[in-house]
Amino acid sequence: MQQFLDTTLGGLVLGAVYAAFALALCLIWRSTRIVNFAQAAMAMVTTYIALSLLNADVPYWLAFLAALAAGFGLGALIERVIIRPVEGKAELNAVILTLGLFMVLNGLTAITFGVQHRGFPAPVGTNAIEVGDTSIGITPFGILTIVVVALVMAGLVVLFRFTDLGLRMRAAAFNGEVSRLLGVRVGRMLTLGWALAAAVGAVAGMLIAGGDLVNPAFMDPFVIYGFIAAVLGGLDSPLGSVIGGLILGLSLSYVTGYVGEHLAPLVALGILMVVLLVRPSGLFAAAAARRV
Amino acid sequence: MRNTARRAVQVVCVLTTASLLAACGAGKERPSEDGSAPGVTDTTIKIGAHFPLTGPAAPGYSEIPSGHDAFYEYVNDAGGVHGRDIEMVVKDDAYNPTNTSAVTNDMILQDKIFAMVSGLGTPTHRAVVQRLNDDGVPDLFVSSGSLQWGDNPSGSPMTFGWQPDYEIEGKVIGQYVKEHMPDAKVGLFLQDDDFGEDGEKGTREFLDSQIVDVQKYTPGGSTDFSPQMSSFKSKGVDLVIGFNTPSYTALSQIAAQGVGFKSKWFYSNVGSDPALVGGLLASMTKGKIPAEQGVKLMDGMMTTEYLSGVDAPDDAWVKLWQKVWDNYSKKGSEKLTNYRIYGMAQAYTLVQALQANGEDLTRESIVKTIEEKGASFEGPGLAPFRFSADSHLGISGMSVVEIKNGASEPLTPVLVTDTGDAPIEEDDSAASDAPPSSGLPE
Amino acid sequence: MERLRSLLGRLVRPVTSVPLARHLVVALIAFVVAMAVIGASSQYLQTRYAEMAYFAIAAGGLTLLTGLSGQLSLGHGALMAVGAYAATLVLDRTGGETLADVFLALLTAIAVCALVGVVVGVPAARLHGPYIAGATLTLAVAVPRLANQWHVLGGEQGLQVPVPRAAELPAWIQDLVWFFTAVEIDQYSFLAYLGWLLLAITFVALANLSRSRVGRRWRAVRDDDVSAELAGIHLGRARVVAFTVSAMAAGLAGGLMAMNVRLTAPGAFTITLSLTLLAAVVLGGLGSLTGALLGAGVLAFLPQLATDLGESAGLSATQAAEVTPVVYGLVLMLVILLAPAGIVGSLRSFLARSYLGQTKEKTT
Repeated sequence: MQQFLDTTLGGLVLGAVYAAFALALCLIWRSTRIVNFAQAAMAMVTTYIALSLLNADVPYWLAFLAALAAGFGLGALIERVIIRPVEGKAELNAVILTLGLFMVLNGLTAITFGVQHRGFPAPVGTNAIEVGDTSIGITPFGILTIVVVALVMAGLVVLFRFTDLGLRMRAAAFNGEVSRLLGVRVGRMLTLGWALAAAVGAVAGMLIAGGDLVNPAFMDPFVIYGFIAAVLGGLDSPLGSVIGGLILGLSLSYVTGYVGEHLAPLVALGILMVVLLVRPSGLFAAAAARRV
Repeated sequence: MRNTARRAVQVVCVLTTASLLAACGAGKERPSEDGSAPGVTDTTIKIGAHFPLTGPAAPGYSEIPSGHDAFYEYVNDAGGVHGRDIEMVVKDDAYNPTNTSAVTNDMILQDKIFAMVSGLGTPTHRAVVQRLNDDGVPDLFVSSGSLQWGDNPSGSPMTFGWQPDYEIEGKVIGQYVKEHMPDAKVGLFLQDDDFGEDGEKGTREFLDSQIVDVQKYTPGGSTDFSPQMSSFKSKGVDLVIGFNTPSYTALSQIAAQGVGFKSKWFYSNVGSDPALVGGLLASMTKGKIPAEQGVKLMDGMMTTEYLSGVDAPDDAWVKLWQKVWDNYSKKGSEKLTNYRIYGMAQAYTLVQALQANGEDLTRESIVKTIEEKGASFEGPGLAPFRFSADSHLGISGMSVVEIKNGASEPLTPVLVTDTGDAPIEEDDSAASDAPPSSGLPE
Repeated sequence: MERLRSLLGRLVRPVTSVPLARHLVVALIAFVVAMAVIGASSQYLQTRYAEMAYFAIAAGGLTLLTGLSGQLSLGHGALMAVGAYAATLVLDRTGGETLADVFLALLTAIAVCALVGVVVGVPAARLHGPYIAGATLTLAVAVPRLANQWHVLGGEQGLQVPVPRAAELPAWIQDLVWFFTAVEIDQYSFLAYLGWLLLAITFVALANLSRSRVGRRWRAVRDDDVSAELAGIHLGRARVVAFTVSAMAAGLAGGLMAMNVRLTAPGAFTITLSLTLLAAVVLGGLGSLTGALLGAGVLAFLPQLATDLGESAGLSATQAAEVTPVVYGLVLMLVILLAPAGIVGSLRSFLARSYLGQTKEKTT
């Protein structure tokens, strides 16, 4: 029972990070119909920027904000310079392009910062919380992770539901031509979408790195797990992405805890294939015929 | 695929380019057959090794080659061995056996090394042992305690171990726990390969009935061990014996804290360096804990020791290593560490073997020399080597120690044994070996 | 003179007009040249040529899939893993000492991969774009991990691969090689010859397939699936066949890789391997076998070159090793942004353009 509880709590924390990551993929998909396979590498870069700041004695939360800002800038830059030319072209082009970007960012980070594993600090404790005599399998940092992801989600809901900017972004993503006619600067909105997504990805990077070892490949599992979480919820739905992230986090935690870590990717593949073949629009999207 | 003629031209172009590359790249260099060994000239000996300079096994282990380098510089400065300078080629395999295979290929065919010396890692080196033996390349002093380097000299005649093998380490640990903690519920934390398997084998010879849980990890796989630690916790484990590399000591500690699992810890020698693990722990925990405080997190852990380390600065051998490191390290700013000492101690054994071999050096002669004279080499090891024609296993014993304030305090005298049901005996004789005044093996 | 030309034409035409014969002749010439080159090379270069051969076989299969039938696969590293393990298990059981053992192992690798190709190809045929990319990428990560599940596959440290020693090869092969190259065959040159022989055979087979009815169907599916379906082509079936053929090539490549690396372990089949294969195909120009060969050459020779360049530019050895993936990544990006047709494609259109330019000049 104790182990089940610990595994569940661990899965929820992991799921929260997957959720944030899937949310980032979803934002980009909604604005440009591209799955950004370089998302993990971008988050890794911003985490390394934060790590350099932390090693230079910058306070944790300032470094956190710097990672966010770096993500925002990186996302905007990449959309403008690299992605713009393939928007609306054959799907294959964008896929190959982002995969290339993934390799370049990973390699350049390794050259710049070295490939050795380094410890990454956490702002709060990483020891299990004790209730009376027994300790429960969640740490203050784990709770912080869930809180931060919830805040990010709330922030995005406010942005898209209640602000004018959010409305324009949604319009640009929904129908670029019509929006343009209505005076929305579509290009700028798409750039903003990428920038926001990269900032959310940067948050995920900081949360996964805290209290752990990092190296330039530490985000690599997110290339597939983030994608699966997003597909699970239907690439179009932010809420779906979050739930997809939680489901995936819990499933993988149970598999790792009770069967073996090496089977996690296989189970993830199984989940992905079932979703794609049975319910291609994701578990939560409004039922609509869609090619996958 | 429309225009065949053009395609043919293209193919021919490619191949011509390739042949030009081939022509200027190499010509034909077959292994010379005039008696002198590959990689040996009148003034040099070229050796090679694979180490994890990157990846999860790199912390600590990547420092070993710098110890080798410093000691060879020291020897070369004093005129080399029989007039030959030692040059070492080091290649990174990132602790990935496939890379080990590739870089070993390059070292044999391109760098033309005389011998592989102290290639690191059980899963990694295992991938190339057959290859080295097939090609007749001496494979000396593997940086790993797996049995396979030395328990079958007829199968791999060119390969020699160096450090105590994991089976005798498991036996020593097992006997100590059985005697001093007979009621402990033991959990094994193992690297999922021959390293963990050999250690488990030795441990089970004494503790089979006390072991209640076995958890494994894959090097290079997940770095979150919460599930494993949860399992220990739920099975009531109160002593964990770990056969793992240093990063995984830190990671298992973090995961244990994360799930609130409390226990005594007994890490095998290869994963227990207090300075390194303490530093890793300090950098990962809350805020900015100085490394010294990280070291405190290791207090009370047990491990084994077969070489004196930096925590014994008055030891005659450590004084020698310190002198060599101060004068010959390439990166002057870095400190002497136990991993650098390990590298220098291996280098010392190699120089000893080359000295004993005499001037006529061939791949066969060095193997013969170590088989005939290796058991009598006096060196920094706390116990003697077991080298003979029937065994290529290395140092034969160690003592059990407890870590306090980053230093090790002996809990037992040096315990010497061998694989299988050989008895464990106290034997401090080799521990009193002192280095020659020149610091060079004679 | 005129007569000589027509005589030559009559002799050559039967060869050039029948695709199979044409492909065979080109392949034969290429193989003889390759043999001469390999024979004259150092052992080290021979290992590089052997590597180039198996990369080219895998890239050729991927070219067929992506270039002709328009499906993307980032999972070919996983298929190579399947081939490598299949071949290794056979070699392990048979001892792997004779030529027959080697071919049995490679045929098994191909057969197992054909089976896996069908199993993977059926669901893959229903996916497109980012979905198939994500799914095959997951496959590339998941499949090698199976080695940790089944003990027979040797776990993380993998299985060692026995390779035939040169002395145990049949005398006629030793004589043949001696006759052509004046160098005794050894284990390194043997693997290089074997690789290039199989490469030649594979490319002839793939080239014929792409010229056949099947190949035309694939192209129809790639260019416009709706019209293809209207024309009576069974989309799913065409895609599954393409995937299977491509998987067989990957299986053969995996088997050869196992013999060359002499170890089959999960660590060999990384995401980077799959992406690297994609880089070779994209670099060469999607759909061109010559391009795939060129791309494979880059894969085999670039790492050393890039590492040396990086080191001479002042990077440490471990940093320099990262130059290679950066180059592959840049290649992927630049080709997509600047020359979507790849090297061979761009060269071809450049040649075609300059040819057109010439004829225009003549007519005006």
